[in-house]
Amino acid sequence: MAFNYDEYVRTETIPHMWCPGCGIGIVMKAIIRAFTALQWDKNDIAFVSGIGCTSRMPGYMDMNTLHTTHGRALAFATGIKLAHPEKHVVVVGGDGDATAIGGNHLIHAARRNIDITLIINDNNIYGMTGGQYSPTTPAHMIASTAPYGMVEPNFDIARLAMGAGATYVARETIAKGIMLEKYIRTGMAHKGFSVIVAESTCPIQFGRRNRLADPVELMHWVRDHGVPKTKAAKMEPDELQGKFVTGELVRDDSRPEFTEVYQQIIDQAMKKGD
Amino acid sequence: MKLYSGNEMVAEAAIAAGCRFFAGYPITPSSEIAERMSKLLPEVGGRFIQMEDELASMAAIIGGSLAGRKSMTATSGPGFSLKQENLGFATIAEVPCVIVNVMRGGPSTGLPTAPSQSDVMQARWGTHGDHPIIALTPSYMREIFDETVRAFNLAEKYRTPVILLLDEVIAHLHEGVALPDPDEIEIVDRKKPTVPPEEYEPFADTEDHVPPMANFFEGYRYHVTGLSHNQKGLPTTDFEVVHAIQVRRQKKIDEHLEDILKWEEIDMDDAEIAVLAYGSIGRSATDAVRELRNEGLKVGLFRPLTIWPFPEQRVAEIAKQVKTIIVPEMNLGQIVLEVERIAKSDARVIGINQVGGVMIRPREIVSRVKEVA
Repeated sequence: MAFNYDEYVRTETIPHMWCPGCGIGIVMKAIIRAFTALQWDKNDIAFVSGIGCTSRMPGYMDMNTLHTTHGRALAFATGIKLAHPEKHVVVVGGDGDATAIGGNHLIHAARRNIDITLIINDNNIYGMTGGQYSPTTPAHMIASTAPYGMVEPNFDIARLAMGAGATYVARETIAKGIMLEKYIRTGMAHKGFSVIVAESTCPIQFGRRNRLADPVELMHWVRDHGVPKTKAAKMEPDELQGKFVTGELVRDDSRPEFTEVYQQIIDQAMKKGD
Repeated sequence: MKLYSGNEMVAEAAIAAGCRFFAGYPITPSSEIAERMSKLLPEVGGRFIQMEDELASMAAIIGGSLAGRKSMTATSGPGFSLKQENLGFATIAEVPCVIVNVMRGGPSTGLPTAPSQSDVMQARWGTHGDHPIIALTPSYMREIFDETVRAFNLAEKYRTPVILLLDEVIAHLHEGVALPDPDEIEIVDRKKPTVPPEEYEPFADTEDHVPPMANFFEGYRYHVTGLSHNQKGLPTTDFEVVHAIQVRRQKKIDEHLEDILKWEEIDMDDAEIAVLAYGSIGRSATDAVRELRNEGLKVGLFRPLTIWPFPEQRVAEIAKQVKTIIVPEMNLGQIVLEVERIAKSDARVIGINQVGGVMIRPREIVSRVKEVA
């Protein structure tokens, strides 16, 4: 029997607003499969986003959903998690939302190691606003604000998250949906701040400008830029130029989680008050 | 009787009002509020967090409130500016929360440690778009306590952010104050839905225009967005739906002015000159009016505790009664414009405006009143 995605979807909101060939659908399906595998009660999940194409995802999902301001999803999510540390808080966003305007919140959520899962649909572009370059647009690629090619060096989001202290970091392309689902599931189950980067596609705003308008061709292009962790370990740095490493990159259960540490403060302070 | 600063008083009152979550970012002259909350909250099982910036602090309290905790943040001028986008989110998504702004001189970094009252218009219109807002301006220590509690109650009752506007003078002034017995404090909680989840419309119109609010994790699973939305909470650009909800949000404040507005009047009955002042300058004005009365001048005081919505109707009545309204403010003329607009040609409106970071003293008001009497 085919997998039933409807359980976690507000079916009355479908069809969605994403363009034909967009990669977000694969990420959404991976997220739903992960929820199903974990058997999380929909009432116990807060699904939060900022602004952008990817950030429209919570509107389609049947749970406690929050579509916030541009870049601020993690800050809203931090408030929710502190209000109810026992509940599941999952954040989804695009590369621009999560790493440009929201970059500060990303590094500080990682530093705190708060038990929130962040899934980034990295399609290398600002889709909703018309194809402007983002912090992950690769060198020389064309964007509506990079007509001569991307001039700034791009972020490696996974390395950024690891450097800031995220205790679970994984990356996979949308060409490998099953692996993506597995990492999302593991990240959600992980106690601490987890980041899963889904290397994704935007055929309309990114592909069209870069002779990659065919969604399948673009998916192959993304897939071919990913190098599995074990293979990458044997490669020279110049061979890895322009590529990104995929797989489970960090899984650290040794660092304390923020809300658990704060609970100890509460226990201590309340005892003192007695 | 215990000695408190205005900032400490806000923290004590917030805890008494049921605040259980605070997110903030340090900024003078408001920082003692965050410092005190970081101490008090864990003692009552609440949580404090110092966020990475002002925007995050505002965002976090909205998240905390949606998840069911009464939430507050505190800041000063430049920080208040940074919070404005998310303050707008709280108005459109109708999320109760309290924002304290201990006003300092601006614009920009301005006068970090000196008082001003120059954010009253920012409080009204700082975020973009049309939206109602409630802002309170206490003058005395016990009033700071009462108005902080009232800020939480109004936020809960009307599903709206409420701004507590203090100035540096009262924030850092220490006064002995007797606090009410905890049992005497009236606490209002948000109205909860009574319908089954599948029938719940978090943004529906109701008789009082305030829809019941389910918290996250209570089984209602609704959508909250800063986009214009329908009664279910889902994004829409349908003209009629967007218009109706915008108007409904305005109505929930406009139709409850009697409940929201609060002011103090002294010697207004036979007054020919009125002094209208708020915050720390309300204290100067009180002294000035008493002194002038002792000298036989027919002067009265109107001191708004709710500055937004502005007590328009009462001020219009006063304008018909008196010849002159004097508005002393630590800004170059903000509320005086509101008074002029309302008074029309019924009364002469004169501002006393001072922005150097020094408060307006009673004698400056006394001498101005004598000049125009």
